[in-house]
Amino acid sequence: MQDMKNSIDSTLRLQRHGHNRFIRIWGLLKKEVLQVLRDPSSILIAFILPLILLFLFSYGVSLDLREIKIGVVLEQDSSKARDLLSAFQGSTYFKLRVARDRRQLQPLLVGGRLQAIVVIPAEFTRRKYRGDDNPVQIIVRGTDANTGELIQHYIEATWRRWLSQQGTAQSNAAAANLIDVRSRVWFNEEVESRAALIPGSLAVIMTLIGTMLTSLVVAREWERGTMEALLSTPVTRGDLFLCKFVPYFLLGIMAMILVTVISTWGLDVPLRGSFWALLMVTSAFLAYALGLGLLISVVAGNQFVATQGALIAGFLPAFILSGLVFEINSMPWPIRFLTYLFAPRYFVSSLRTLFLAGDVWQIIAPNVIVMTLLGAVFLIITARKMPITLETGK
Amino acid sequence: MKLMLYRIARLTKKELLAVLKDRRSRFLLIGPPLLQLLIFSFAATLEVRNVTLGVYMEDHGRAARDLLARFQGAQRTFRTIRYYRDLKTVRQAIDNQEILAAIHIGPDFSKHIELGVPERVQVILDGRNANAASVVQGYINRIVEDYVKETLSRLHEPGIAKATSLDSIVTRKWFNPNADPQWSTVSALVGVLCNLVVLLITALSIARERELGTFEQLLVSPLRPAEILIGKSVPAILLGFIEGIFMTCMAVVIFDLPLTLKGFVLLLGTIFAFVFSVVGVGLFVSSIAKTQQQGFLGAFTYQVPATLLCGFATPVENVPDWLRWLAYVNPLQYMVTLSRTIFLENPSTRVVLSMAWPLVPIGLVTLAAATALFRRRMQ
Repeated sequence: MQDMKNSIDSTLRLQRHGHNRFIRIWGLLKKEVLQVLRDPSSILIAFILPLILLFLFSYGVSLDLREIKIGVVLEQDSSKARDLLSAFQGSTYFKLRVARDRRQLQPLLVGGRLQAIVVIPAEFTRRKYRGDDNPVQIIVRGTDANTGELIQHYIEATWRRWLSQQGTAQSNAAAANLIDVRSRVWFNEEVESRAALIPGSLAVIMTLIGTMLTSLVVAREWERGTMEALLSTPVTRGDLFLCKFVPYFLLGIMAMILVTVISTWGLDVPLRGSFWALLMVTSAFLAYALGLGLLISVVAGNQFVATQGALIAGFLPAFILSGLVFEINSMPWPIRFLTYLFAPRYFVSSLRTLFLAGDVWQIIAPNVIVMTLLGAVFLIITARKMPITLETGK
Repeated sequence: MKLMLYRIARLTKKELLAVLKDRRSRFLLIGPPLLQLLIFSFAATLEVRNVTLGVYMEDHGRAARDLLARFQGAQRTFRTIRYYRDLKTVRQAIDNQEILAAIHIGPDFSKHIELGVPERVQVILDGRNANAASVVQGYINRIVEDYVKETLSRLHEPGIAKATSLDSIVTRKWFNPNADPQWSTVSALVGVLCNLVVLLITALSIARERELGTFEQLLVSPLRPAEILIGKSVPAILLGFIEGIFMTCMAVVIFDLPLTLKGFVLLLGTIFAFVFSVVGVGLFVSSIAKTQQQGFLGAFTYQVPATLLCGFATPVENVPDWLRWLAYVNPLQYMVTLSRTIFLENPSTRVVLSMAWPLVPIGLVTLAAATALFRRRMQ
């Protein structure tokens, strides 16, 4: 009620000043800024939530496996078998549970008390020396297919390493030497998933600020009835729109600077590109995110619907369809096509390039152009849908 | 007692109407979860495929061509191969992300290989996508290794040829024989989406009344605080439960997940226990929030860490120890693990109970905390 009274007061005062557009816009802007500053939840979303997210992405989300619970079935007690066992024991990747009989371990796969079982069979030594197939067997719990795949690679790698250390079969020793594969991973020498995740996670953070926060602002005016107060003033569609856009844009830029500083100084992520390029990329993305948020809030009408819309059109694409965690190239083509329609994909790619590689304009320029275009489309639709009379609004 | 039940029933009805009477919010309870289930079950993959590989060959002898043929043969991973004539363009291509990896074969490659002289192959990978880079790196190593072994067996004649097969380990995937990531994703999403719906309904319900000023009306009614809380939770539990059943059916009908009848019953029980603990969290947020925006943000501040630390995208074991306790108090983590297990592994009731019991204390704690806070805020 207080809000409503205030806004009526201020609009009356404005009308007394004549139809001065500047003063009108200034007043509305002030109202929006005050509304942001006085609601602790806006500050929470702009500054605290990004910190929590950054923290979680740098420590909580990791694709580097560790302490995988695996079982080893030692059906044979030869020194070779024990040697292989110690190869697994020596690895920091695994947490072992050893048994004599596979029937002891197999039930533990249900429910994930074990993620995989390596069986060293009774005829291990014989098979190995005769060079028969399959001296060891692996059973992987496929319930989490992605992790299962990784675990399989880790186990096979340990087995291969053990084999080459053995050097029993000459071919293996020679094989290790004939072609020496020298790999160099550019931009991220230690192939840390963290270094790739943190710049990418800034896209999620910007979506939160851009889409979540703005999606609520117009819906809120409708629900509280203050929209009617606004509509009875001489504001134009453009003014209203501008005043909903500018404060949140600035808030987004401020949050971006904050998270960039923390990522580079606190979390040791390099920033190899320039600050201006980063600012440009962020502005382009914010235009998209804010446009999307405002569109949702104009269409939604109440805050419950707006929040749902923001989650579905804003957050989830930023998390899942952006290439941040999941591989876009491996998705089926209809989904891959869908990723092109959401800006997070371009933003994640630009951010990774800017942070890890530098100002590569061949990547950044097209990304910025596409994001700006997508943003423009949303902003135009929103401006057209922005209510100016009570009838068209509801 | 009878009166109390009557009052709660009335409030429940009112709450259900508040959510269901609006056409848009009714649609939102059914449409988006369905859509998300469909899209995200296809999108959530860590597998690396359709990579563009760059090749710079300074040698076109037989050995080099043989090696190249192996990369050409791995079409599932390397869909396109581009050829370059000098290192500078290779570098540019990596910079511009035209290729994810590049292989450089030197001028004397074939000659050296035929003679058995050690030779070097250079590989450059784009580390901006760390996951893809490390997977592709492993893959390239394996292709080269296999190639070397075959070449050697050809050079040195039989005998050793047999020893090379040592490497072929047969790996069996239990519970998900085709290693289909969709199965894992769909079964986990049932929990994640259920969490979201329940959380939003409860977190916004009291906040909405506060914002619209109808909360005072509720307070002057004969309803006691506990009754208000119950009346607010029942619709959320009901809707969350129905949502869960709905998505379970979708998973079975559309994605063909091998859920048994017994599994279905166990899953219903799990969803029920899970929804209870989430309602506690939602009411807790709702008691603090003054406006719907605050309620939404509170819900969100909970939902994101809960989703990140539940094992949906990355395994909980990867999280450092000092942070892992958060995963152990996260009801969603239990829900995701359980629904995957129940959907795919056909576990015994005892196993399910041994995995599900933490949901009960978690639920009790969150509900008790919500009640205590709500009472304090009422005064």
